[in-house]
Amino acid sequence: MTDETSLNLFQQQETNRRRTFWLLCGFVLFMGWLGFGGDYIYALSTAHAPAPEQHHVWWFGIVMLALGAMLAGYAYRTGPDKVLWATGAAEVLDPVDDKQRQLVNVVEEMAIAAGVPRPRIWIVPDSDPNAFATGTDPTHAHVAVTQGLLDLCTRDELQAVIGHELGHIKNLDVRLMTTLAALVGAVLLMRDGASRLFLFGGSGSSGGSSRKKSDLGPLVLVLVVVWVLSWILAPIITQLLALAVSRTREYQADAMSAQFTRNPLALASALQKIEAADAPTTHIKGGTAHMCIADPLGRHLTTREGLVADVLATHPPMAKRVAILRGMGYAQLKQAGGAAS
Amino acid sequence: MSSWILLILVVVVALWLVGAYNGLVSLKNQTVNAFKQIDVQLKRRHDLVPNLVNAVRGAMEFEKGTLEAVIQARNQAVKVNAAGPDAVKQISQAENALSAALSRLMVVVEQYPQLKATGNIGQLQEELTSTENKVAFARQLYNDTATLYNTRQQQFPTSLVAGLAHAQPATLWEVEDRTDRDVPQVDLSMKPKS
Repeated sequence: MTDETSLNLFQQQETNRRRTFWLLCGFVLFMGWLGFGGDYIYALSTAHAPAPEQHHVWWFGIVMLALGAMLAGYAYRTGPDKVLWATGAAEVLDPVDDKQRQLVNVVEEMAIAAGVPRPRIWIVPDSDPNAFATGTDPTHAHVAVTQGLLDLCTRDELQAVIGHELGHIKNLDVRLMTTLAALVGAVLLMRDGASRLFLFGGSGSSGGSSRKKSDLGPLVLVLVVVWVLSWILAPIITQLLALAVSRTREYQADAMSAQFTRNPLALASALQKIEAADAPTTHIKGGTAHMCIADPLGRHLTTREGLVADVLATHPPMAKRVAILRGMGYAQLKQAGGAAS
Repeated sequence: MSSWILLILVVVVALWLVGAYNGLVSLKNQTVNAFKQIDVQLKRRHDLVPNLVNAVRGAMEFEKGTLEAVIQARNQAVKVNAAGPDAVKQISQAENALSAALSRLMVVVEQYPQLKATGNIGQLQEELTSTENKVAFARQLYNDTATLYNTRQQQFPTSLVAGLAHAQPATLWEVEDRTDRDVPQVDLSMKPKS
């Protein structure tokens, strides 16, 4: 650990704190826009109606803002539980077999190396190898691995993977990624509810609204279009956000794992094993994909870099990650050889 | 005009002083904490060794010497540890000797397939591996933190505040060269860790 890496760690933690804060603020403001925008459009469309029918109190906006604030708080607080619940993970309280005992030991070792409290340990009953970390800060953190990872990896490889996850915990990546996952879930739920609402509401008043539309200016029409589009695009935007935040983080966590284990080659071989087991991780759905060590959906976007991959992939290309780790390993070997001779 | 510049300069220097001082104090506390972590892990190891020896004693009547060496090294380590954190050099020497004795024992255990087949030796091996790793990782964290602390207090211009913050160079935990395992001996040339 040099001076620069410790400074980096501090900066990463700050960045993650700030980004989580702005993510939550952005979410609440977006909900406000959905609400007040609707109120505004409604108010404009009733401006020429007799006074009792006019829209004065902006109930919809107030309700949406309150709902947004509540959802944001709820997502931040219960995010880790929701993520673990969604993957069907079971906590390891009393290790029942040798593999679980080894997992507990390895997590304890890596927590010591990282200088953080031991996180709670979970196993996802899935035969595809993968792992993720969640939580709000190092004292409230969770590490989950799939049964497939336990069966496939050697002790050193498991250690490297856990080191990667503890890297995410130590630099507070988990806070941002968990909050994001919870918000993606909330927005998806809201879209389902809203589409139902629009379907019923639309069929009831279609006759009346077409008559009123003639009163609206072109500016208001643009507003209407933008407003409806934001309802439709909200889930897509949040998911794109989730993709964008996770890619550079993987390189950083890889580097932290190498720093903790002093064994970058173990992580390289673990990543290759995970990559070779091509089957998608069925227990981990789209909303939490960005949290895993490798893309759980088995998409081939992660095999190359480029514009499409840059926009759509949650993870950097595996070959590049392995190559970087290999480079670290050889540099280490060279240094050790130089010191011995 | 010039008095304003002077004032701004003074404020900047004062802010830097506070930052540098607090940085050093924080690093000092981290170093002390990291050292305590090693202590915790060493205690765990000292508790584990008697269990390990008892588990293999029956099957290893003819390897008394190896077992005796482990027990002796363990008792010596416990004794030195009681001296407290001031005796870092002696503690690390004793612990390195214990590490060497334990690894020799594990090599011997490997040579007795009947021993590996009976009972829970595999489980004990895992426990021992983990304990050794925990000691090593705690030591690594301590050395990393202490190196950072030492570097920071020696570097200009933080070195100007070092006296003010009562910063003393922390002793690193000596790393034993792997080739010297058979002769428990402390290698005083620090290997640079990347």
